[in-house]
Amino acid sequence: MLMKDFSQLKKNLKRDFSSLRTVKIALLGDNATQFLNQAIRGTGFDHDLDLQIWEADFNQIELQVFDPASDLYAFDPDLVIIFCSAHKLVTKYSKLTPDHYICFADNQLAEITKFYNTISANSRAKIIYYNYTEIDDAIFGNHTNKVEHSFLFQLRKLNYELMVYANKTPGFYIADISSIQNQVGKAGMFRPSVYVNTEMVLSIDVLPLVAEKTVQLIAAMHGHFKKCIIIDLDNTLWGGIIGDDGLENIQIGTLGIGKAFTEFQYWIKKLKNRGIIVAICSKNTESVAKEPFEKHPDMVLHLDDIAVFIANWDNKPDNIKKIQSLLNIGFDSMVFLDDNPFERNMVRELIPEITVPELPEDPADYLEYLYTLNLFETVSFSVEDAERTKLYQVEAKRAGLQTSHTDEDDFLKSLNMTSLVESFNKFNIPRVAQLSQRSNQFNLRTIRYTEDDIERLITQEDTFSLAFTLEDQFGDNGLISIIILKRESVDSLFIDTWLMSCRVLKRGMEHFILNNMVSLAKLHGYTHLKGEYLPTAKNEMVKDHYKKLGFEQAGDHWILDVSNYEDKPCFINKR
Amino acid sequence: MEKGEILQQVNAIFIDVLDNDDIVLAYETSADDVEDWDSLNHIQLVVAVEKHFKIRFTSQEIQRWKNVGEMLDCILTKNA
Repeated sequence: MLMKDFSQLKKNLKRDFSSLRTVKIALLGDNATQFLNQAIRGTGFDHDLDLQIWEADFNQIELQVFDPASDLYAFDPDLVIIFCSAHKLVTKYSKLTPDHYICFADNQLAEITKFYNTISANSRAKIIYYNYTEIDDAIFGNHTNKVEHSFLFQLRKLNYELMVYANKTPGFYIADISSIQNQVGKAGMFRPSVYVNTEMVLSIDVLPLVAEKTVQLIAAMHGHFKKCIIIDLDNTLWGGIIGDDGLENIQIGTLGIGKAFTEFQYWIKKLKNRGIIVAICSKNTESVAKEPFEKHPDMVLHLDDIAVFIANWDNKPDNIKKIQSLLNIGFDSMVFLDDNPFERNMVRELIPEITVPELPEDPADYLEYLYTLNLFETVSFSVEDAERTKLYQVEAKRAGLQTSHTDEDDFLKSLNMTSLVESFNKFNIPRVAQLSQRSNQFNLRTIRYTEDDIERLITQEDTFSLAFTLEDQFGDNGLISIIILKRESVDSLFIDTWLMSCRVLKRGMEHFILNNMVSLAKLHGYTHLKGEYLPTAKNEMVKDHYKKLGFEQAGDHWILDVSNYEDKPCFINKR
Repeated sequence: MEKGEILQQVNAIFIDVLDNDDIVLAYETSADDVEDWDSLNHIQLVVAVEKHFKIRFTSQEIQRWKNVGEMLDCILTKNA
């Protein structure tokens, strides 16, 4: 996981992009962006993305954005990246008369809002906006913090207002390059000699970091992100070896190196609270490995923070495969942390898709190193995320009950399942959009919708939506499936989207959903449902989905005559 | 360090940055003689040379050189 330098990224440009997913990007800057363009495309290759970048001529942002007939709109981008630099910002400010200083940030934000509104009105593109790296022009010294009209005050205000704006504007995303400057320092970010000669505001050395930050955001928008962190115990989560040193002697707490492990655990806890699934994979006797979680007063993490706990003497790749099959998520959405280089290499070797950071030798460095990797980029967050660990723990209990029932129907009946069926509404849209981004396996066509896409969709005529929750005696799974139906002809409805969380497989949910779809179709006078399966690398499991449900094949499509459809049996009650 | 030795090291940097094994630099070689040595790549070359010799050029120096020899002389003045 070493960061490539700019010339290595440039070498990527000569590679074969043909099998990669294409995203069309327009890059607009008030500074020279040729190298940034190359760095982003080169970084995209390493994220399995063919980023086709159209770059506006230098300093043409307004010209391109405000002219509906411009090359920008002719290119029809999926994404527009706007890079207005802090250097041009300081020039703009400096040209003002002092009475205008005080409303500088507000005026800039108004201009940015106009960019967003105009681009949204003229295209389907989402926007990535680079926030501003800090420049202290040293006019007031520390006193700048008490002077609202000073440049640094206005710049920081603008960065803050950008966050507030992004928070309420679904198609507008911030690439946080200010945080990159915090990491590398201004001298690493900006080279005056390069700037003077080329109008480039980014140093050659920082280009890979800025490109990485940008592409991580783009990748997350397209469903590539991490869902789970798998952690070793001895010398990773605490100092020492529990089996040898015993409960009293492992290092954790406020003293010495123990502090590093405590802070590391707080970080893991925050990830868990955000909805990242935490799993343990340790070479230990299970009862010994669990002892600190149960008895050590300084442990931050407890057993109820852990979705899957595996401690045994099998090899780690096998155990990770076991975790993967329990959680039903892709290896490429997992991160594995282990202090032992041997274990890391073995896992990398046998499970190449998984991300295995090269943890530093000194545990004191763990956190700072992990911060720089930005492993958990995301473009959405919903309250249900925070409940995820509980869901997986409940799932494990359910698996326990299943083994005690030999008859599957008896088992399903005993679950007392209920489902709330609704069309999309303002309460469920965030979760609907998120599910659309996350679901890879049980997803018939893998069309990704963002929150603003969904909001647009529900206002369209002849489009029907269904969202399903599932609750049983063990707990509430929340919203787990979505359906989007579009009118295709007088008598036929096309199933644009059918996806479901893999957590609720084998519960008869498919039957319940189809029953609901058929009654909706009948209610609106349609006689046929038309389905389609678009294969991806991950959705093989639903290849025969429509066939199994009794649809008739017609070329590339599947047709169901709803007029003589009889409800399929299932043990789920509508709530 | 001798000028000839510096030339060899600069040559290696050009080969790496421009990704072209065929580049052979001489003192009188100028940007016109080397494929891809344009004003933009010039900056990448300059930064790579700076990093290699642990020196910094001023923004005027970067623009002043007419050929490789002048760049080498400039490196020499910085005690490389």
